[in-house]
Amino acid sequence: MTPRPELVVIGGSAGAIEVLRDVLRGLPRDFASAVAIVIHLPPEGPNLLLEVLASEGAPPMKLAEDKEPIRPGTIYLAVPDYHLLVEKGRTFAFSYDERVHFCRPAIDVLFESAAAAYGAGSMGIVLSGANADGAAGLKAIADAGGITVVQSLESAGMIAMPAAALAAAPGSLELNVPALVGFLRATGENDGR
Amino acid sequence: MDVEVDLEIRLLLEAIFDRYHYDFRQYAQASLKRRLTQACDVLGVATLSGLQEKVLHEPEAFATLLQYLTVQVSDMFRDPEFFLAIRRHVVPHLATYPSVKIWCAGCSTGEEPYSLAILLKEENLLDRSIIYATDINAAALREAAAGVYPLERLRGFTENHRRAGGTSSLSDWYHASGKSAILDPALRRKITFSDHSLATDNVFSEVHLVTCRNVLIYFDHALQARALDLFADALIPRGFLGLGSKESLRFSPAAASFDEFQPRERLYRKKGVA
Repeated sequence: MTPRPELVVIGGSAGAIEVLRDVLRGLPRDFASAVAIVIHLPPEGPNLLLEVLASEGAPPMKLAEDKEPIRPGTIYLAVPDYHLLVEKGRTFAFSYDERVHFCRPAIDVLFESAAAAYGAGSMGIVLSGANADGAAGLKAIADAGGITVVQSLESAGMIAMPAAALAAAPGSLELNVPALVGFLRATGENDGR
Repeated sequence: MDVEVDLEIRLLLEAIFDRYHYDFRQYAQASLKRRLTQACDVLGVATLSGLQEKVLHEPEAFATLLQYLTVQVSDMFRDPEFFLAIRRHVVPHLATYPSVKIWCAGCSTGEEPYSLAILLKEENLLDRSIIYATDINAAALREAAAGVYPLERLRGFTENHRRAGGTSSLSDWYHASGKSAILDPALRRKITFSDHSLATDNVFSEVHLVTCRNVLIYFDHALQARALDLFADALIPRGFLGLGSKESLRFSPAAASFDEFQPRERLYRKKGVA
């Protein structure tokens, strides 16, 4: 059995929002891990992601805040225009440092900090997207002993992002959406005790 | 591997503090680590231990590293709603004082104090105001004191100024010279730029408004608490504190010293004397 990750980080871009909605809707309300999500969005305009992704039966979801303690069983979304990082003390941190892959928030920044802070307790998932953000981050999670997953290329609307992630972290599981939901449910049920 | 990296960072920060008296030991680790790793690439060293050796023996390498660790990007009237809220909700209170002192902490290259100076001038308050603008980066302070910005940035500044409720034209406040915009020296005369560290220095004045935006996100809990205590000490009772658009007092013990004033624009008000 795969041990339950303490923190699941998910990144995606073009074509990822619908996938993410299906994945989050498939999670049980008492999903045991914390989940942090970076989705590339235009920095201007209202951030409707929370409304779009919210769903009745899923675990509680909120925008992450700087210095906020990370709680198990909660889904956190990155806010626009700031990088989202996690600290060893199990809190979030923001930064306004330069864009990575022209993106802020960047998936790599979240994933690399998750690898450093949670090590083998981290799980990284790279969804559909049109650039290579997330690849270096997924490799960092793999190197730290965490679980790495990419959306299967035939199921992804845009394959550049999962393909780059798979090339950087070749041991990653390739899962379509139903398989990804099943995998998360299985890891969420097994708390390793 | 991560254990060694953490040890290297700790030793490097101790060495920098000992040798150069800059204290980054309580900066938030995750983003600091990213910046240090980038600095390794730029300075051509393979490891953080290599970076330590280089900056200890080459002060000019330390100057480069310092830029990586401290320089923040800002714009004039960045987050225009913040300045609009100051204009509408804070200025009427400031106007009741015979003289007004403002502390702009972590001012970097000066965009924020100049924005405040223009706003105060528009509200007929600048003549009886002083703005203290502080930072730990001497190079950034020199740029700030010069008051010269690339002309290409002024288009964005002008749009921000308009959205911040500006009653003048921003072009009244600078003249173009080649590719530069040179700000009106009358603004500069109302701003005192000085070196001040939120990590190691103390309060230097009593002020009516503190702005410290997108600085606390780089501090860990303890250093954030220290900085907020400094602000609470510096502010008069019922003085105002403005933070960055994604910063709050929610996870800080300093929340007890302040009331929410304009929560959406991250403006707080120090509690009065009980």
